This record gives sequence, structure tokens and C-alpha cells, in this order.
Amino acid sequence: MIISKKDIPGFLDKLISEYQVFAPVQEGSYTLFKPISSGADAVLTADNTKLPAKEIFFPQSEKLFSYNVTEAGAKLETAIDDQKKVIFGVRPCDARSLVLLDNVFNNDKFQDPYYLTKRANTIMVGIGCNTPTSTCFCTSVKGGPFDTKGLDLLLVDTGDAYVVEVLSDKGKALAEQAGFVAASDADKASAAKVKKEAKVTCQVNTDGLKDKLDVNFYYPIWDKIHEKCLGCGACTYLCPTCHCFDIVDDALDCDGCRVRNWDSCAFPIFTLHGSGHNPRTSNKERYRNRIMHKFKYFVDNFGEIACVGCGRCIKNCPVNLDIRVVLEDVRGSEARLDS
Amino acid sequence: MPKLAEQIKDTAKKLLAEQKVDLVVGFTEGSLPLRGTPFFARTPEEAEKLTWNLGCENNLANYLRKKTGKVAVVAKGCDVRAIVALVKENQINRDDLYIIGVPCSGMIDRKKAAALLDSQEILAIEENGDTVVIKGTNNSATAKVTDLMHSSCRDCSYGNPVIYDELVGELLPEKEAADFAEIEAFEAKTAAERRAFMNSEFSKCIRCYACRNACPMCYCEECFVDCNQPEWIGKSAYNTEDNILFQVVRVFHCAGRCVDCGACERACPMGINLRMLTRKLVKDVKELYNAEAGVNIEDKPALATFTADDPEAFLLKE
Ligand code: SF4
Ligand code: SF4
Ligand code: SF4
Ligand code: SF4
Ligand code: SF4
Repeated sequence: MIISKKDIPGFLDKLISEYQVFAPVQEGSYTLFKPISSGADAVLTADNTKLPAKEIFFPQSEKLFSYNVTEAGAKLETAIDDQKKVIFGVRPCDARSLVLLDNVFNNDKFQDPYYLTKRANTIMVGIGCNTPTSTCFCTSVKGGPFDTKGLDLLLVDTGDAYVVEVLSDKGKALAEQAGFVAASDADKASAAKVKKEAKVTCQVNTDGLKDKLDVNFYYPIWDKIHEKCLGCGACTYLCPTCHCFDIVDDALDCDGCRVRNWDSCAFPIFTLHGSGHNPRTSNKERYRNRIMHKFKYFVDNFGEIACVGCGRCIKNCPVNLDIRVVLEDVRGSEARLDS
Repeated sequence: MPKLAEQIKDTAKKLLAEQKVDLVVGFTEGSLPLRGTPFFARTPEEAEKLTWNLGCENNLANYLRKKTGKVAVVAKGCDVRAIVALVKENQINRDDLYIIGVPCSGMIDRKKAAALLDSQEILAIEENGDTVVIKGTNNSATAKVTDLMHSSCRDCSYGNPVIYDELVGELLPEKEAADFAEIEAFEAKTAAERRAFMNSEFSKCIRCYACRNACPMCYCEECFVDCNQPEWIGKSAYNTEDNILFQVVRVFHCAGRCVDCGACERACPMGINLRMLTRKLVKDVKELYNAEAGVNIEDKPALATFTADDPEAFLLKE
């Protein structure tokens, strides 16, 4: 199927009447996913959004329930967002990150209704990347600029139009409802050409990385790797696969709500116990955890690396602590079986 | 710049070879275009990797507080101001620190460079004396270095390190102190307009604390935002009021101590205009106390001293 670029605002306007539609909108020098009220607000630039699409499903601060205590007793009110949503213009790496996050929010032990309700009610319309940026390394971590995991529809930019790939029943229904016309053979050929020509130039070799991480917890390499890290939350908060949270009560007298906030293993209070003990006493242990969690623990737990290669942490680290360099250093380090 | 880099390397190698210091904190080539990245050299071989370019923008004073032993640091003007301020606050032992001073005429703001490429990705920046060539995927632009500087560098009149043990390169001609035109324009706004500015800037804040952690003067063992008994501030980022409170308190905690290096603003991933606040306090401290942080090693910090001649009668004279 195909949709002409000039028809996109109209297509989105129609969706807006039925769905809450999220799309990248310009915010100064970058784009962010925002609910849009006019199809014309959506911008599809070459670069990915500043914050990943995960924030739609797992917002930075999410009210879990509100409470109110009176003499008559306590009243609890839970608000689960079950609005029907369309995410328009999500990049393949961000879509794949949600497939990874599903493991965390939906497994044998835990099913998170807040996240899962939003996931179930959302249609994901992706856009392929014709010009991957120099920090994109999705192809090194099982993704790619036209990867379809986690998507219901994928748009391929062929110049004046988007050739639409239908990837699920949800996607099919949306495409039919929108009245997309069939793509000609020529259109299909130009989509195939675009896909072939898009090159992810940056490669990160993960061969043997896990083997190293399995044994090098105490290896001196960790004394050096973190040294310039400031211990801020920029890399974890901007990462599409980071999912740590902290739960707090925002309350005034007898009215309040319980809120789930993003947390980061880079912060000194991340593992601070109530007793005052902190098993991760310094930045060394914290930075090691970031690498271990993404490239070892997540693999142990769910069989996948918890990085989709979006490059956000590379572009946004204030001291240019580049995860690609760190992984290469870890891989190149001598593994010792000491513990 | 390549010449400065060579001199820095030579100085560092010599200091390490002669065991005058155990560590040299400087910059090495980063992984992105025109990006110097902090680097720690402990051997003359490692010192070979040191460099100097227009992207050595981090304030290295930040790394000196927790270090033990004899340490040398490659420090530009604003790094040295922070070192001076930290020495006065007993955070750095001057006797254990060897300052390799580098006169600095300003570092390049890659956001300004990217704007010249229609916000396309920068693939390379080539230094060429007073100009740089910025290259993108299929376009390029030439610009004067002075037009691309960070705003803090544009306003800085202490590019020449105020103290050092050894100077690398030539001292630069003295620069006149910049005015506070932007701050005055902000002060002239109505309360509602200033409020609107704060709301629009801090609705973008994600509370990642990169600003705080990049600031050489923010070093409290426990920051007030991290404390939960009592809880001074809401932890959730959906509340712009709390985001504003965080930054305003941070800025007040740095009153009379902020050296106007711009490290906080550079670190902010969300591009928030933090210098409007930090520089407002720099202006106030200058006007009220005729003081500037970290510009000489003798003066007491503005908020840690008093004088019997203070015009505020309530202080001493009654
Ligand atoms: S790696 Fe960079 S972004 Fe991440 S915590 Fe360290 S300084 Fe911050
Ligand atoms: S670790 Fe970095 S590159 Fe990987 S998914 Fe997270 S932000 Fe993207
Ligand atoms: S432990 Fe760290 S790296 Fe892992 S998800 Fe949490 S914040 Fe991200
Ligand atoms: S990492 Fe891959 S999928 Fe993500 S924006 Fe870059 S090219 Fe596209
Ligand atoms: S660096 Fe920016 S986004 Fe992060 S806490 Fe500071 S002001 Fe907020």
C-alpha cells in the first residue's frame, strides 16, 4: 500500500478524531513525541526523537492511584489509561525497545496493568530510516533501519510518498480504514531500493562480550572505565530500554497519590538501603551495573541484549563516555576467572 | 591547537616520567566530531594520548576533588577559576595540585555549528585558525570560531588562567568584562513574563541532574533533592514547579561560588537555558559585594566574609 506525503496531515487528522495520536513534534532544536491535535504538527526528521517512545508507555512520572483519607475511611482511586492510541513515526529501534520492555512488564511473576493496557490499546506506525546517523548501531544488536519488530505498520519514504508495509491485523485494519491504495510495482521497487541503500555505518562487535562479562565482575578494568562518568541520569533517562523506577507518595495532609518515577542506576541513592548501607558505594559499581545489566543480566534473564543501538546515550553524555568504546574495551580486556 | 596539544603532551610526560605527579587529568580525542573527552594519564605512554582542541569543553576541576596523591591538571581559564574557588572551600589541596594552565579564547558550541547545517548531523569539524569547516552528510559550512562559541565563553574575561604552575601557550590579550545585557533584559520583564520563561524552560527538565553533576561547585555529599527525611522537594518530574524549585535552589547554593563556566548548561540534554539563572546570580554578587568567584586566591569567598564598613547598618553598627 502507499500514501502520498501530502495526504499525511489529513490521514492523521482523521485518526485524531478516534485515537490519541502521538507523533514527533519540533521542540527547539530537537523533536519529542507529543499527543498532537493537528496532523500538520507531526515532523519526521532524519534524526530520532530526543526522548524515546518508551515514555508514552512508561512515563517519567506516572500516577498509579490517588488516595484520600477521611474519618469515614480511606478512598483509593486507580486510573489506568485505556485510551486508544496511535504512535506515528516511531523508529524501528524504539519499537524494538518496547518488545524488550514487554519482558520486564509482562512475565511469569509480574504483569503491569498500567504498561500493558497502554500496549494493548496502541497501534504502532513506524518509519524506516533512510539516512541512519553516525551513532546508530541498531544492526549490531539484532535491529535495523527497516526492522519491523514491535510495529503494526512500517512506512518507507520513497520521496513523495510512503510505501506502507502491513505487519499485523491491527495494522491491516488501520490501513484499510484509512483507505491506503495499493502500491504499484514501481513503488515497491523504489521502496526496496531505499531499503537497500540505507546504510548503518557504525558497527559494534558484541562477539564474546557476554563471556567476558560473565567472569570479569572483579576485573580491574572497571576501575578505569567509569573514571570520567559524572553519575548523572542523562544516559539512562534517554535510553529506550532502561526501565528502573522508584515509587513515591506525593501527598499533602490526607490527599495524595502514589507515583512511579524513572530511576537510574547511575545515582548514588539508587541502591541505598533503609539501613544506610549501600552495596554500590561508588560510581565504579554503578557504571559497571549499567553495562552488566544491559549486556549480561538482561541476557541471562530474557535472552536478549537490552540495547537497541539508538545512540542516544552517545549523543547526550556530557563527557562523551561512549558505550561503543566501553564495550570494545570490555571485549578487548583479558578475562580472569577470579571472584 | 595542534601545537598546544604537543606542548601539553610534553609537559605531562615530563611530570609523570620525573614522578612529580601520579596522575595528569586532561583531554583526549573523543568519539564525536570536535569532542575532547576527559582523560586520566598515569604513565608517560598514556600521556601521549592527551590533546587539545576547540571541543575541550568540560570543567576538569570536577575531577580533582576526590583525587588523592599528586595530581596535575590541564586547566583552561574557567577550570582554574573553579580550582581557586574549590581550594578556598578546602576541597582541593593546592600543594598537591600542579596546574598546567592553558590560555583559552573559547570552546565551540556544537549546537550552534549544527544550526548552520540546518540541524543535520555534524560528521566532522575541521579547525582552520580563526575559522572552522563543519561537514554534514551532503552539505558543509564555514564559520568564524567566535560566532560559534558557547555563550559562557563569549562572556568570559578570564580565559588566561588566574594561577598556574606552568603555562602552556601564549597569554591572550586581556578581554574586557562582558556586560549583562541579557540578564538586564530579563530583569526588565514583568513577573508574569519571567514566570512564563521559567515554565517553558523547566517543563522540559527531566531531572537527570546532569547540570548538578557537571558543575564543579555542586559537590554536597547529599544533595537536597536526594534527601527524603525530610523530603525538601517532590521527586516527580511532571511537576514543573518542583523542577523550577530544584534549579533555583541549586543556583542559590552556588551564589558567590559559581564561576560562570557554563558546564551545567552544556551538560543539559534538554537544552535548557540555565545560564539565565546562574548569570543572574553572578551579576547580583558582583553588584552587591563587588566580588567574582575564583578570580584570585587571596580574597575570601563573597558569602564567607564580612567587613565592619558594611553599608548594611544592621550587621555591626547599631
Ligand atoms: S555515562 Fe555520561 S550520561 Fe551516563 S551517567 Fe555517566 S556522565 Fe552521565
Ligand atoms: S544503551 Fe544507549 S544505544 Fe543502547 S538503547 Fe540505550 S541509549 Fe540506545
Ligand atoms: S539498572 Fe541501570 S542500565 Fe539497567 S535498566 Fe536500570 S537504569 Fe537502566
Ligand atoms: S538506530 Fe537504526 S532504527 Fe534507530 S534511528 Fe538509527 S537507523 Fe533508525
Ligand atoms: S541537566 Fe537539564 S534536564 Fe537534567 S536536571 Fe538539569 S536542567 Fe533538568
